[in-house]
Amino acid sequence: MEFKDYYKVMGLARDATEAQIKQAYRKLARKYHPDVSKEKDAEARFKEVGEAYEVLKNPEKRAAYDQLGQGPRPGEDFRPPPDWGTGFEFSGAGGRDSDYSDFFESLFGGQGRAGSRPARGAFHAGRGEDHHAKVLLDLDATLQGGARQLSLRIPEIDAEGRLVSKERVLNVQVPKGILAGQSIRLAGQGQPAHGTGTAGDLYIEVEFQPHPLYRVDGRDLYLDLPVAPWEAALGATVKTPTPTGTVDLKIPAGAHTGSKLRLKGRGIPAAAAGDFYVILQIALPPADDDKAKAAYAALAAAIPFNPRAILGV
Amino acid sequence: MSSPDDQALTGAIFEESAILTLKDLSRMCAVDERHLVEYVEEGVIHAVAVSSSEWHFSGAELRRTRLALRLERDLEINLAGVALALELLDELKRLRREQAGR
Repeated sequence: MEFKDYYKVMGLARDATEAQIKQAYRKLARKYHPDVSKEKDAEARFKEVGEAYEVLKNPEKRAAYDQLGQGPRPGEDFRPPPDWGTGFEFSGAGGRDSDYSDFFESLFGGQGRAGSRPARGAFHAGRGEDHHAKVLLDLDATLQGGARQLSLRIPEIDAEGRLVSKERVLNVQVPKGILAGQSIRLAGQGQPAHGTGTAGDLYIEVEFQPHPLYRVDGRDLYLDLPVAPWEAALGATVKTPTPTGTVDLKIPAGAHTGSKLRLKGRGIPAAAAGDFYVILQIALPPADDDKAKAAYAALAAAIPFNPRAILGV
Repeated sequence: MSSPDDQALTGAIFEESAILTLKDLSRMCAVDERHLVEYVEEGVIHAVAVSSSEWHFSGAELRRTRLALRLERDLEINLAGVALALELLDELKRLRREQAGR
């Protein structure tokens, strides 16, 4: 088992005061909290910090932890000393919903958590707890609807009363038109009932993987569509991809980069479906042969045009 | 081999289908009703107006309540801090959406 240096995790000296520990925790928690952080590995870091704080903020646990010293040398396996835990009273270890490392569980797991968890269940006797999970789906799932194989991590209490997370694979019909941040409720798929009660429900919150072509804003979709300068200037009918297939799109004459064309109701489906917006981007043909160079030169000669007039130069 | 559509579990979009009472929300979040009343009074979560004296909440408030509870517990911030954090998160979300539409 890997030894955890809780002081290092929190960036603290081993003689840090309680106030310093609290301060360090708050700062790190704000930085890595999965609900507010965009840091990479925010969730893993936050768990680590939460675990370190759980030990260091509690004088009994901290004293016991300090007895272990600096831990084994790097690469060496850690085992709790045989007399571990004698003379210390660990009260109220559990309470948080995160799962701790094996290292933490081997030192502080068991008694505190086992004592505290059933109390929560007893609060709503009979009914199993609701489970919450998050999944990342492809955008097509909401555009077309359909079944998806979802792999969920579900927290569970094992036989020894420890909180562990277990993988569960479910085949779920994704409702057409579901938006990022919304959830699918599966009745009775949460924790089984205690005794004669009913099972809890399972809530699956969805997020979408970035789509290679479309950006999403609520129910509306956006596509950047490249057009040739003459298509924009003279108007044209061009092919454009949409979620429901390729369509012919009419570009009005005099269009420019940033012009926004709307295809009503071709966004994310609903009773009031979202719209599909095409943003034009003028693409320039390269002047990489004599013929193209001559064409550009002819254009320059034919049209007096100062693109910087707006800058006053 | 069976196709993936066979026996797929079906569920409704919770945010669009559910109307919750204070009691429902309290049970679902394993939190005291009084705490939720404080959330409503501070503007952290919002009750919808329905034609009865009892408060009702849209399904979307479940996620918001759970988020508020996590922030309160994990960041050790008070109610006003939670309300501010949620407002700023909403604002951030709005700005990110605007960015997408550009």
